[in-house]
Amino acid sequence: MPTKTIREEFVKGLWDENPIFRQLLGMCPTLAVTNAVINGFAMGLATSFVLIFSSVVVSSIKKLIPNQVRIASYIVIIATFVTMADRFLAAFFYPISKELGPYVPLIVVNCIILGRQEAFSSKNTVGRSLIDALGMSLGFVLALLILSSIREILGMGTFLGHQVMGSWFKPWIIMVLPPGAFITLGILLAIALQIERKTKSRR
Amino acid sequence: MELAAIFISAMLINNFVFYYFLGICPFLGVSKKIDSAFSMGLAVTFVMTLTAVVSWAINYWILIPYGLDYLQIVSFILVIASLVQLVEMFIRKISPPLYQAMGIYLPLITTNCAIMGLAIIAARKEYGLAETVIFGVGAGLGFTLAIVLMAGIREQLELADVPEALKGPGIALIIAGIMALAFMGFSGMIK
Repeated sequence: MPTKTIREEFVKGLWDENPIFRQLLGMCPTLAVTNAVINGFAMGLATSFVLIFSSVVVSSIKKLIPNQVRIASYIVIIATFVTMADRFLAAFFYPISKELGPYVPLIVVNCIILGRQEAFSSKNTVGRSLIDALGMSLGFVLALLILSSIREILGMGTFLGHQVMGSWFKPWIIMVLPPGAFITLGILLAIALQIERKTKSRR
Repeated sequence: MELAAIFISAMLINNFVFYYFLGICPFLGVSKKIDSAFSMGLAVTFVMTLTAVVSWAINYWILIPYGLDYLQIVSFILVIASLVQLVEMFIRKISPPLYQAMGIYLPLITTNCAIMGLAIIAARKEYGLAETVIFGVGAGLGFTLAIVLMAGIREQLELADVPEALKGPGIALIIAGIMALAFMGFSGMIK
């Protein structure tokens, strides 16, 4: 495996290996909770919490886990942190927890988290895994913020609940409904691919 | 009547793909050919029905009586993972042709959020056993419908001239958006 500097390890999650735009992982929560910026942000933070702590735990006990049962072990570790995040949100941020509904427990099947454990944490040191998890989390949160900002501004004319569009603006309700999620993400993916193609041809 | 409402709602109105956004990965990944999409749909329906029963039993016989409902996430995911393994081994032993048809899709299903989502949503809605089973069958059939329709459109799309950057997931998501729009038309069916 080619060695990367710590900085490269962190930055790759932002664009080159961005979980949503480049790897197409974790689509379900991405589409489901981005109808308002606050929901997307809360989801991003909860997922980051789980990803960062699971990566640290998996990379520190990787030698203890027999190869045959590694996936099951990762799932138990991830599920433990998801339970903690779920309980924490329900206890201190009840309205958000209610808004996110079943999608908080569903972080456990978010392929980003299991994917990083299998592809990275199980082969790298604790420090590197932590940096990798931080980068990936930031990339995920940013992608969620972009998607939810577009949907909230166009769909409700608001940003974080504050009116940002003038009174001339008629909200496109469809953007906060499920079809808006699919179409917005489809267009964003196309834009990401186009940027990637442009930069590649320039190199 | 109540059961019929749950069935129709799970299949059409609150379709798992278009309303809950669950099972997007196989929906985009295995929807290039109608045949494989149909097999995937059947495999998902089968596992969903089974999961519905098992997760209901765990929830109401073990977790709730002993006050362990905070273990819901951990126990559901473990049971689903082992259940899929068991089903795979069972089908391989009992019926090789059936295994040929849907066996290869079974391992993929473990990480399918639709299955876990079904268990969690059914538990949160506090459905009884019969309602949970109907919910599982309806959700599975709804998924099959969605993925087969999608595959049909994508087969035609092969011949279309799509802009280079939109090819693959981009155009698939936009089509899914238009289909979700169409499925919203079902929402007036049940008051």
